[in-house]
Amino acid sequence: MEIKILGPGCAKCGEAEKIMRAAVEEAGVAASIEKISDFQQIAKFGVFSTPAVVIDGQIKCIGKVPSKTEALGWLAG
Amino acid sequence: MQPGNIHNQPATPQPAPPLAVSRKIKYTLAALAGIGLWFALYRQLHSIAEYLTFSLLTLEPGSRLGEAVLFFFYDTPKVLMLLTLIVYGVGVLRSFFTPERTRKILAGKRESVGNVLAAGLGIVTPFCSCSAVPLFIGFVTAGVPLGVTFSFLISAPMVNEVALVLLYGLLGWKVAALYLGTGLVIAILAGWTIGRLRMERHIEDWVREMHVNASDIPDQRLSWTERFDHGKTAVRDIVGKVWIYVVLGIAVGAGIHGYVPEGLMASIMGKEWWAVPVAVLVGIPMYANAAGIVPVVEALLGKGAALGTVLAFMMAVIALSLPETIILRKVLKPRLIAVFLGVVGIGIMLVGYLFNIII
Repeated sequence: MEIKILGPGCAKCGEAEKIMRAAVEEAGVAASIEKISDFQQIAKFGVFSTPAVVIDGQIKCIGKVPSKTEALGWLAG
Repeated sequence: MQPGNIHNQPATPQPAPPLAVSRKIKYTLAALAGIGLWFALYRQLHSIAEYLTFSLLTLEPGSRLGEAVLFFFYDTPKVLMLLTLIVYGVGVLRSFFTPERTRKILAGKRESVGNVLAAGLGIVTPFCSCSAVPLFIGFVTAGVPLGVTFSFLISAPMVNEVALVLLYGLLGWKVAALYLGTGLVIAILAGWTIGRLRMERHIEDWVREMHVNASDIPDQRLSWTERFDHGKTAVRDIVGKVWIYVVLGIAVGAGIHGYVPEGLMASIMGKEWWAVPVAVLVGIPMYANAAGIVPVVEALLGKGAALGTVLAFMMAVIALSLPETIILRKVLKPRLIAVFLGVVGIGIMLVGYLFNIII
């Protein structure tokens, strides 16, 4: 599983990353987590409000920090 | 889906009302009770502050220390309570708007109408200031005119609910309304001006060449419970972050209140022609949040600073911040950055002069 967190690096983006890491650990799935802070790359995803979470190329959430329950749901799905 | 339902025996108890309905009632009742309690407490604040200052601390009414302490004990809970209520309300309101929806509304709008809409949407669209650049790219590539995009980017930070609450709580609704009105007018006119200047080629090339596929995130439908949760999150995020600045700001304000002589500020932040531009220039590099600056502003006004000068200072601090400008440099060429700062700066100065003249 390939998880990407898009965000220029404000507090909210950091929080999104932390929640995804915690969720991955809790779900016990094998996943790589990558933080993308380059604007050009973020824009290529068609995302324009951050933080956003992308899993295996699919955008899961935009413009908000996901809750852990949400994150676990994506990992299970 | 339950075939048995229609033929229910009278003896079997009716199934409980669907969970959603009973929850809705519970939430509504809780909200009403909360608001009632809020008002009851809010009306008692002055008596409580007087009791704390004069009875419990036995300070003398009318003394410098007594007045400063009273100011602090009254204004701190008052402002924090107002802040909590409004931030909660705005949080719920914002759950109806997303940047995606705002973009859809603005794409394809003609300029003047678009500027007005964009300035209005700037207030209610949830948006964190570090999203300014992705948002700019998203808007421009979706065909939102450049000037309309700027109206949004100017109004979003400037007309800020925290600033409005503090202005209302400390200076009254007239000043708050003036701030809201002039903030919107600046956002509309500055955006419109930038649009008229035809500066599209001063957007960085990579942005203009970019073809963005609008992301295929389905519009989420939120339940009321989720919207109330948005309000709660907003309170936790915003009030949790700014309360310390409010307290510090009011403490500084209380100090100025009790100890700085009347009229001192009239000589520094008065109505001289140079006072307004100086206030704006000093304000741009300052990156204080609204929460900390307003209590200081109130105290300055109380000591004779001119309202126009102070408003200009405050707008410059909140709307034109150096860090945001530096981030925007990634998508705007220097010339457009300069025009942005210039147009907004001039708008703010005009507001400053206007109020110095009429008040």
